[in-house]
Amino acid sequence: MTDTMHAPSVSACPACAAGGAAGDQAARAPQPDARLVLSVPGAHCAGCIAAIERGLEGTPGIHSARVNLTLKRVSVQAVAGIEARDVAARLDRLGYEAHELDAGTLNMTETDRQGRDLLMRLGVAGFAMMNIMLLSVAVWSGATDATRDLFHLISAMIAIPAVAFSGRPFFVSAARAIKAGRLNMDGPIALALVLTLALSLFEALQSGPHAYFEAVVMLTFFLLAGRYLDFRARAAARSAAQELAALEVPRAIRLVGGKEETVPVADLRVGDLVLVRPGGRVPVDGVVTAGRSETDRSLLTGETRPVVQAEGAEVNAGEVNLTGPLTVRVTAAGRDSSLHRMADLVAMAEAAKNRYTTLADKAARAYAPTIPLLSFGAFIVWMWISGGDLRLSVNIAVATLIITCPCALGLAVPAVVTAASGRLFRQGLLIKDGTALERLAEVDTVVFDKTGTLTMGTPEPDNLDDHPAAALSVALALAEASSHPLSQALTKVLRARGVEAAPVDDLREAPGYGVQGVWAGMPVKLGRAGWVGATHAATTGAYLSLGDETRSFTFTDALRPGAEAVVAALRAQGKTVWLLSGDVGPAVEAMARRLGIAHWQAGALPADKAAKIAALQAAGHRVLMVGDGLNDTVALAAADVSVSPATALDAARAASDIVLLGRDIAPVADAVAMSRVAVRRIRENFWQSGLYNLVFVPVALFGYATPLWAALIMSISSISVSLNALRLGKGAPHRTRA
Amino acid sequence: MDVLGILIPVSLGLGLMGLLAFWWTLRKGMYDDPEGDSRRILRDDYDDKPKS
Repeated sequence: MTDTMHAPSVSACPACAAGGAAGDQAARAPQPDARLVLSVPGAHCAGCIAAIERGLEGTPGIHSARVNLTLKRVSVQAVAGIEARDVAARLDRLGYEAHELDAGTLNMTETDRQGRDLLMRLGVAGFAMMNIMLLSVAVWSGATDATRDLFHLISAMIAIPAVAFSGRPFFVSAARAIKAGRLNMDGPIALALVLTLALSLFEALQSGPHAYFEAVVMLTFFLLAGRYLDFRARAAARSAAQELAALEVPRAIRLVGGKEETVPVADLRVGDLVLVRPGGRVPVDGVVTAGRSETDRSLLTGETRPVVQAEGAEVNAGEVNLTGPLTVRVTAAGRDSSLHRMADLVAMAEAAKNRYTTLADKAARAYAPTIPLLSFGAFIVWMWISGGDLRLSVNIAVATLIITCPCALGLAVPAVVTAASGRLFRQGLLIKDGTALERLAEVDTVVFDKTGTLTMGTPEPDNLDDHPAAALSVALALAEASSHPLSQALTKVLRARGVEAAPVDDLREAPGYGVQGVWAGMPVKLGRAGWVGATHAATTGAYLSLGDETRSFTFTDALRPGAEAVVAALRAQGKTVWLLSGDVGPAVEAMARRLGIAHWQAGALPADKAAKIAALQAAGHRVLMVGDGLNDTVALAAADVSVSPATALDAARAASDIVLLGRDIAPVADAVAMSRVAVRRIRENFWQSGLYNLVFVPVALFGYATPLWAALIMSISSISVSLNALRLGKGAPHRTRA
Repeated sequence: MDVLGILIPVSLGLGLMGLLAFWWTLRKGMYDDPEGDSRRILRDDYDDKPKS
C-alpha cells in the first residue's frame, strides 16, 4: 500500500495545512510520541475493528491503533507531528467517519479512576454479601445457640469492614448534604446502614435471634450497583461530548512589523493586525486592511452563500476565510467580540431556564424524610405498647428502616437510563445530560435549523447533465485550482463521474472572483457571474466562460441522510415541526416544502430564534431544538432539550444535551420515541418499588419482619426493577445503521 | 459440627480468592471494552501466534 498520510487530496489546501501545523506544533512541540484519541461512531463489528486497526497500522508514522468498540473510539500511538486530523482523514478514506477527541486525557483517567473505585466497592460488597448469605442460610434453616452466635459474629467480622469500605460514597454524600442543611436520599441510607449494623452487632453479642448483616450488605450492594450504572452513563457521555475537540483554533497569526507570529487569541488587542489564511477561521471582529477573499458565515448566520470581502469590509469572529489571505485589523477581541456576545446570550438563556426537577428528585423528596420518620414512629409506638421494652422497639424500628430503604428506588432510574442511553448510543446518539431523556419525553414541538442540520452544509452541483463533456473537463481543471467550497464540491462530483481534467494552462486564482486559465488558446474562467460575464441566476451558482460562451453551474445544499425520515417520523408521532433558519426566504421555503414542514421562518437572527422558542414555550409547548451553528447556540440553550450534530461548533455542542455522532439525523426521532418508553418504565419502577413497601411496611411495623423477609424483599424488588428496565428494548423501534 | 472449623475458613478463603481475581481483572482494564473484546475473538489474525 503506497497510501501516505498526505496523499495529494483535493480537499486539503496546502496553505491551511501549513498554517494549522505551525500553530499546533508551537502548542505541543516537546512531545516525542503522540497519543491521539478519535471518536469513530460508525464502528460496530469485528470487521470494523480489523479494518480500522490494520488500515491505521499500515500507515507510516503510526505505531499502533486500538479500537474500543464500547466507547466507539480508537486510540492511536503515532510519532510526533502526526495530527488527529491526518488520522481522521485516513479513517475517512477507510470509510469511517471520525472526530478528533481532546488528547488531554487527564480528565479521562480521572473518570476511569472513579469508575474503577466504584466497581471495586461493588466487588467487595458482592463478596461480603455472598459469604454472609452462606452463613445466614444456615441460621435461617435452624442453627441455634453457639453455632448461630458464631455465624453472627463471623458475619459481623465481614460486614462491618465491608460496609465501612463499600458504603463510603453514601456516607460522604450524606455528610455533605447534612452539612449544607439539606436531606438527600443518602441521608436515610447512611442512617439505615449504621443503625442496622450497630443493632445487629449488639444482638450478635447478646446472642439475640435476629441479626441483619446480610440485609445491610445487600442494601449496600444494590445501591452501589445503581450508583455505578448512573456513573457510567454519565461519565461515558460527558467525557466524549466535552472532549470532542473544538473546531475553533484558539490561536491567531499576528503581524508585527511585517513578521508573522502565532499567539493565543486571548492575547490579541484592538488595533493588532491579524493574518487569516484561506481555510482558517477569523478569530476576532475586525476590518479588512489588505487582501480580497470570500468568507463563509453560515455558522454565524445560516447563510449558505459566501460573502465577498475586500479592503474596508467588516468581518466577524467565527467566519471562515475561503479563497485568499486576508489581513484584518482587530476592532473587538475577547470579551467584546461578537463570539463572546453570543456566549453571554447563551449564559443568560441558561440561567433563565429553571432547574429541571427529575422524577428521581421528586421521589427522593417524598421518600427521604418518610423513612426515618416512619421508623422513629414505630419505635415510639412500640415503646408505648411494650411498656418500655427498648430492645424490642429498636429491633422493630430498625427492621422498618431496612425494609423501607429505597433499594429498588436507587436502581429505578439508573437501570432505565443506562438501558436507554446504551441503545441510543448504538444508534449514534450521545446523551450528555442524565435528565435529557426525561425532558425529551415531554417534547411536543421540534425546531430544526436548516444549514448543517437538515442539510450537510456543503453544496452539491445539480445541473451537470446540462453541460457538454468538454465544458465539464475544463470546469474540473479550473475547479481543482481553488479551495472555494463550490469549486471543491464541483471537483469531487466531477471526479466521481470519471471526468478527466482538460489541459488548462496559466491557471491563476483571483481571490474573491474565481479561477482563470487558457484552454486550447481560449481564455477560460470559473467564478462569480459578474467577473465571468454571465447573468446572475437566482440560486447559488458558479459560472464558467469558454471564450464568449458562458455556462452556469447551480448548486443545492445536500440533504442530510435521514432528514426526510426524521421529519416524517416526528410528524407521525404527533409533534409540531418548525424550521427556523438564518438563510434567505426562497431557500428555506423550498426546504420546508420538500420535507413537508408546515411552519417555517427565514432570515432569523440568533436572538430571533431564541425569541421564537421562548414564544413557543410561553404558549405551553415543550421544545426540542436541533441545530449546529453559532447562530443556534442561544436557541439550543433556551430550548427544553437540544440536539446538535458532532460536526457542530464547539459552543453549540456544549449548549446541547444530546450529540448526534453519525451523519444520519433519523435517530433523533427514535430518541424521542425511546425517551417516552424510558420515562414510562421509570414510572413503572417507582410504582413497583412503592408497592413492595406498601405491602411489607405493615409487616415490619407489626413486628413480624425477620432478616429473611428483609433479604427476600430487597432482592426481589431490585431484580424486578432491573428486568423492567431491560424490557425497554422491546418497546422501541429498532433501526440498523449502515 | 467440628467440620465447621475447616469449612468456614475454606469458604471465606474461596470468596477472598474470587475477590482478588476480580481486583486483578479490574486493574488489568478487562472491563474497559466488553463489546469489542467479545468480537475480537472472532478475528483470525492471532490464530497462529499471539500478538507480540
